[in-house]
Amino acid sequence: MRLPLWHLTLASIRNRGLATGLTLVAIALSVALLLGVERLRNDARASFANSVSGTDLIAGARGGPVSLLLYSVFHIGDATQDVDAARVDALRRHKEVAWLVPLSLGDSHRGYRVVGTTTGFFAHVRTGDRQPLRFAAGQAFDGVFDAVVGAEVAEALGYAPGARIVLSHGAGEFSAAEHADKPFTVTGVLARTGTPIDRSVLVGLAAIEAIHLDWQGGSRIPGVEIPARFVSKFDLTPRRVTAALIGLERRTAVFRLQREINASAGEPLMAILPGVTLDELWRVVGGVERALLAVSAFVVAVGLAGLVATVVSSLSARRRELAILRALGAGPGDIFVLLMSESVLLATAGGMLGVLLLWALSAGLAPWLMARHGVQLVPRLLDQRESMWLAAVVVAAVLASLVPAWRAYRYSLADGMTVRL
Amino acid sequence: MSADAVSLSALRYRWPGAARACLDIADFTLAAGERLFLHGPSGSGKTTLLSLIGGVLRPEGGKLRVLGTELAALGGPRRDRFRADHIGIIFQQFNLIPYLSGADNIALPCRFSPLRAQRAGNVSAAVARLAAHLDLPAGLLARPAAELSVGQQQRVAAARALIGAPALVIADEPTSSLDAARQDAFLALLLAECTAAGASLLFVSHDLRLAGRFDRQAALTELNHAAEVEA
Ligand SMILES: Nc1ncnc2c1ncn2[C@@H]1O[C@H](COP(=O)(O)OP(=O)(O)OP(=O)(O)O)[C@@H](O)[C@H]1O
Ligand SMILES: [Mg+2]
Repeated sequence: MRLPLWHLTLASIRNRGLATGLTLVAIALSVALLLGVERLRNDARASFANSVSGTDLIAGARGGPVSLLLYSVFHIGDATQDVDAARVDALRRHKEVAWLVPLSLGDSHRGYRVVGTTTGFFAHVRTGDRQPLRFAAGQAFDGVFDAVVGAEVAEALGYAPGARIVLSHGAGEFSAAEHADKPFTVTGVLARTGTPIDRSVLVGLAAIEAIHLDWQGGSRIPGVEIPARFVSKFDLTPRRVTAALIGLERRTAVFRLQREINASAGEPLMAILPGVTLDELWRVVGGVERALLAVSAFVVAVGLAGLVATVVSSLSARRRELAILRALGAGPGDIFVLLMSESVLLATAGGMLGVLLLWALSAGLAPWLMARHGVQLVPRLLDQRESMWLAAVVVAAVLASLVPAWRAYRYSLADGMTVRL
Repeated sequence: MSADAVSLSALRYRWPGAARACLDIADFTLAAGERLFLHGPSGSGKTTLLSLIGGVLRPEGGKLRVLGTELAALGGPRRDRFRADHIGIIFQQFNLIPYLSGADNIALPCRFSPLRAQRAGNVSAAVARLAAHLDLPAGLLARPAAELSVGQQQRVAAARALIGAPALVIADEPTSSLDAARQDAFLALLLAECTAAGASLLFVSHDLRLAGRFDRQAALTELNHAAEVEA
């Protein structure tokens, strides 16, 4: 460029410090919101996909596929029906099935779900990029009243192997009905996975049977009380389970087995492909996501409109300044570039500030998001998708900046050297 | 002919949207090195004429020769460049970019014109020299222009018009916002500097008391036929 206009641009921006600062903040906030929505939505999808990375099929009582997926893997909502444990056991022996892990849900420990399962859970379940589960401390449960806790549970409640815990009947933080008569001992703590497993308390299926020996339906059988030391005298073979995670010998058999399970005689069963069902879930929430994105895009538009308004309203006060620059040899084109670069610079700086803001917010909120919603934010400044959004914001800013720049251009042509006040 | 700083004939200009021509000048000359006082009542078209000579506006017709260049024939960007390179301009008041320091204001033409920067040589030395000639203490120059008094601002503007030795200085009522004593001092400095730099000076004002200090004076109302029609 012929003129070192940036010096003027910077001086002029500095001169209008407060208005400029506020505009910058507005743009930064709006950009952080837009990118934040985008980041949250992508990371939520990735986190959900990470939770079912090694499972080919999930079997459970017939009903909605999405709700089966949500309650069996994500601990969202409750199973309305369970299934016959013998049916599930029969599936395990199917020649296409490599492994099968039953899940029995319904109890909780201080707000965390209790998952009754087998030690196969630790051998077969995969998370993230098909990573096997690891123990951060201790080992799998062995005795009836042993429990393994997820990383989040251990951290939040300060558990280590050896800790004594009491399970509650039903979900919910303040469950009144406690299985206080049958305390458990923590034998192991799982390493962090970034999935709902971190927020689980895992016990054997026999443990679930044992704590409910003297229960029927949702409450204690009056007058019946079976102390923990006598439970071994009872048959603790599970009769009902909630769902089962299934891994196949050959992935190609997945649809055939799914059909077979769905069509099998007896109590109605259903098998779902977790990936397919997740897609279905995203289709359901996709509308909400798009609405959120649209709202954030509008917020960005409002931010840019604020920028244009600030620059335009400063223009009439600067008409004089523009005439002086004209007299010094600046052409109308220079005036255009000056105004243009001023708003583009502000918008870009605001955008960059927004990225930093989002980065700080993500870092600050990541543990909470993980703990409360099981969504793992991948720490990053900006990924490719987000850069595209940022680029779109800058392009919009350039277009918006045409307004004050064009106005100034017109002024500088119309005024000549008549310097107006 | 090419020895003249400004020479124009049959020059006509009408503001866009105006019913009548604002300027219609048959003949006018400013000799090289001459210091001319041009007077006319308010609204007579003085600033418009300076805009034409400065190449900010383009005449509707006629000849407009400035420092040997036919301005009417040049396109917009070339006229802007010509103005930046060869003409120093002082306004009536509020001459300065308020958020730049006095020194930056003086140096500003060198940013727009490499030619003037080259002629100024060491720009900060040139700024200091001009400031000293125009009674501007160095301490003042570092302050933002908005903090200077009106008289100081006008002297900064004069220094800015003179930096890089433009061949023509045009001044649009630069003294009308100053008191009588300040007017005299300012005018003396401006005239001395133009003479020292060998620049032609076209000084416009409606205040006839100042006319005596110039080489020559002219009345725009006599030159401008458009004005006669109006009267
Ligand atoms: N930017 C403009 N657009 C349209 N008309 C203008 C413009 N500037 C000046 N005029 C008109 O041109 C005529 C001459 O104005 P000009 O500013 O040249 O007068 P002047 O002699 O400089 O007056 P003053 O002594 O008040 O500065 C006036 O009638 C004015 O209304
Ligand atoms: Mg005027």
